[in-house]
Amino acid sequence: MIEIVDLHKAFNQGRPNEYWAIQGISLALERGQVTAFMGPSGSGKTTLLALIGCLARPTRGRIRLNGEDISGLPERFLTALRRRHFGFVFQQFNLIKGLSARDNVMLPAYPLAPPYRQLRARADALLAQFALTHRADAQVEWLSGGEQQRVAIARALINDPPILVADEPTANLDTALSREFLAILGELSRAGRTVLLSSHDPLVLESPLINRRVALRDGRVVAD
Amino acid sequence: MTDGFRRQRYLIDFSLAAMGRRKVRNLGLLAVYSLLVFVLASVMLFTHGLRQEAKRVLAESPEVILQRLVAGRQDLIPPGYLERIGRIRGVQKIQARLWGYYYDPVVKANYTFMVPEARPLAAGEIVIGPAMARERGLVAGNLISFRSYSGRLFTFKVAEVLPQASELMSADLVLLGAGDFRAFFDFPAGHYTDITLTVANPLEVRNVAAKLAAALPDARPILREEVQRTYAALFDWREGMVLTVLSGALLAFAIFAWDKASGLSAEERREIGILKAIGWESGDVLRMKFWEGGLISLAAFLLGYLAAWVHVFHLDGALFRPVLQGWAVLYPHFRLTPEVDGLQLATLFFFTVFPYTAAVLVPIWRAAITDPDAVMRA
Amino acid sequence: MLFQPAIIALLLAAGLGVAALGLAAPFAWQILRDWDLASGSEKQLAMERRTYLFSALVGLVLGMQLAALLLFVFNADRMAESFVGAMCAVGSLQVNAWGFPALTAQIAVFFAASQWLLINHLDNQARDYPLVRLKYALLLVLLPLLALSFGLQLAYFEGLRSDVITSCCGSLFSGESRGISGEMAAIEPRLAMGFCFGSLALAIAALGRHALSSAPGRANGMFAGLAALLAFPAAIIGILSFLSLYIYEHPHHHCPFCLLKPEYGYLGYALYLPLFLGCAAGIGVGVLQPFCRHPSLAALVPPLAQRLAWVALLALVSFSGLAVGIIWQSRLILLEH
Repeated sequence: MIEIVDLHKAFNQGRPNEYWAIQGISLALERGQVTAFMGPSGSGKTTLLALIGCLARPTRGRIRLNGEDISGLPERFLTALRRRHFGFVFQQFNLIKGLSARDNVMLPAYPLAPPYRQLRARADALLAQFALTHRADAQVEWLSGGEQQRVAIARALINDPPILVADEPTANLDTALSREFLAILGELSRAGRTVLLSSHDPLVLESPLINRRVALRDGRVVAD
Repeated sequence: MTDGFRRQRYLIDFSLAAMGRRKVRNLGLLAVYSLLVFVLASVMLFTHGLRQEAKRVLAESPEVILQRLVAGRQDLIPPGYLERIGRIRGVQKIQARLWGYYYDPVVKANYTFMVPEARPLAAGEIVIGPAMARERGLVAGNLISFRSYSGRLFTFKVAEVLPQASELMSADLVLLGAGDFRAFFDFPAGHYTDITLTVANPLEVRNVAAKLAAALPDARPILREEVQRTYAALFDWREGMVLTVLSGALLAFAIFAWDKASGLSAEERREIGILKAIGWESGDVLRMKFWEGGLISLAAFLLGYLAAWVHVFHLDGALFRPVLQGWAVLYPHFRLTPEVDGLQLATLFFFTVFPYTAAVLVPIWRAAITDPDAVMRA
Repeated sequence: MLFQPAIIALLLAAGLGVAALGLAAPFAWQILRDWDLASGSEKQLAMERRTYLFSALVGLVLGMQLAALLLFVFNADRMAESFVGAMCAVGSLQVNAWGFPALTAQIAVFFAASQWLLINHLDNQARDYPLVRLKYALLLVLLPLLALSFGLQLAYFEGLRSDVITSCCGSLFSGESRGISGEMAAIEPRLAMGFCFGSLALAIAALGRHALSSAPGRANGMFAGLAALLAFPAAIIGILSFLSLYIYEHPHHHCPFCLLKPEYGYLGYALYLPLFLGCAAGIGVGVLQPFCRHPSLAALVPPLAQRLAWVALLALVSFSGLAVGIIWQSRLILLEH
């Protein structure tokens, strides 16, 4: 469902500190699989996830999503695609402080403007799914690490995207919480969602949940 | 409810919550913004009130006033002058007036002594304006003495104090009988200060003036509409002056707004980064920020304008009175008639909301174009 | 120059608008030269992001120009008391040679900016920014127009002397006076009425056909746009030559501004706002049509044009309805049966 052809991404182009984070990656990723990108920091894992997840545009090369070339799209349309196809879980959970757990979960849907009642029902269902109903009205800074992680996952799922992207999801979690995260990942995968994640945590990489491991170094694929 | 409308509601919702989370900063901005609106609105409401007041007063004055000039200076109207004017078509009434100024060293103020046309006053009785009554502590029935320019002392009895309704013109007024007037000022018999003409048709006024100028080459006709224009220009000019002086404040405010909008806190920058990452588009962030600015503008506009209203119409414009009014030493103590003027509101809007919006546009845009993947790279 | 708050505000608004577009001009030029959507270079990304700023900027300038147009007329009306012989806005605008040109330029800026925003809106919906070069070329055209409007306003306000004797609307818009406005006012009412309502009916019919048909053609859209373009001067002539007479119930008072006053129940706003809105939207229907040919816009233009046609249709119908209502209600009889 996602095809990547000779992908390149440069930062600070044309300046002395020019830096190519991705240097010619070609890959095909299939629907319903859990794929892990691994490699040392600076190997281009995060940049690759950002490019696939329509968060950034490649400097060169093609990305096709369901057969449609998305590499040259303006930001406006990339965003529209991203909202429909991708949910994101970040390393720091990146919740907005001062808002309740429910408001945080609903945020990605604001630009789509579904009827409020419907949106709220969807958010409450997700919070219930992750055992957060009793914390729905609590401000996120009062939640424990595990609860915050679950709110972040619920937020990633509010627009019901087929693909979940997780960048170093367990980097800030202890072993118990990491296992909990993997369990949730397993559920989502069984429910048919495609999962892409980057990690260098052995706990994640050695998990039987992972269907495919892609090793990166210096912006190139070294092992698949 | 359409999708577009609902989206705006979500955005407003979010910006309200976001403003609530940064109370101190937004309240500071709101305070400065409201203060600016307050000052500008006070100036405008006050001058507009004065303009209206002057218009009301002038509406009752005669269409044409005729003065006699000798060597380019105003002189008394000699006997027989009235008859020389004769009958002019379109003139309803011609009347010779007696009035003059008197400097009162006690309160260091100028009074206008005038012989009223309509009410004959008994010898030794005067009617005085409310400002003077206040300054000298007079009520009806009191006695007051003035030393005339010839050195003699005259004592008058206050028959009445004029009502406060329109104080701008009557504040320093002293009404007295013709005999008293002539005696007090040693005014030669048969002479008058000036002549007034009442003309019914406004289109005839200029013709009447032309005929007067032709018949009496040494006379100067003064038209009411010209006086009106002069007053209007005077008030406009004063208002313009004050606003120009305040334009420094306007500029300072624009810089302040720019600074507030561009100096996003790290927390706010992070928030926008998150929003972009989870699926908000630059346009959404831009609109959200515009709502924020719009809500602040609206609140500041309402607050400032209401405060200015109270200031001008209930506290008598205490802060600007000395600058804008500048009438005589005896500041009239009058209540302006409250009035909302569309042009004024529109102008005020141009002076406040427009510079604010222009100042925050670029900073807002800078915030909105944060890279969506910034939160991942951090 | 008259030192008045409203004048300062108007000059401030126009000056800031020119300054803003002036600052934007180099970037517009850069887009014309370097735009390459296929490239993912940072320069291209930066340019794409700058387009958000320009949309917001031109939107702001347009909004301000529309408000300024109202303020301009409003202020001209108020200033009338400062000039000998002036009874309403016409007198103030007649004080020197720049008054009416400044007003015309302001109206032109309004229509031009509204069409730019429309093209911008359309372009933003297509995935490949097909009109971006055209848009920024037009922005460079908009700049001198705005500067001209600013210059004319400056010249007009500069030249105001409060002791100038001007004519009032009675002499400018009366049948005897020479000049284009006099000519417009002097048109025989039956002819003017035929022209005004004929053009409006044509525009309404064309727009209605465009709005209602399931597959409106390009030619039809162009025609509707032209008809809306014609309807604007026709409606103005209508207001000058007979509608004003019916409103004032006076056979020789042809003023297009007095009807904005409270004495006439602010009727002018109810007439002018739908007229400006309807004509801007209607012209937009025509302006959009050539873009049908573009592959990525072919599917976007028809629904947008139809929505605009609806807006224009409703606005022009309400203008015409009001106009007919005024004639019906008026006690003045212009046409003998």
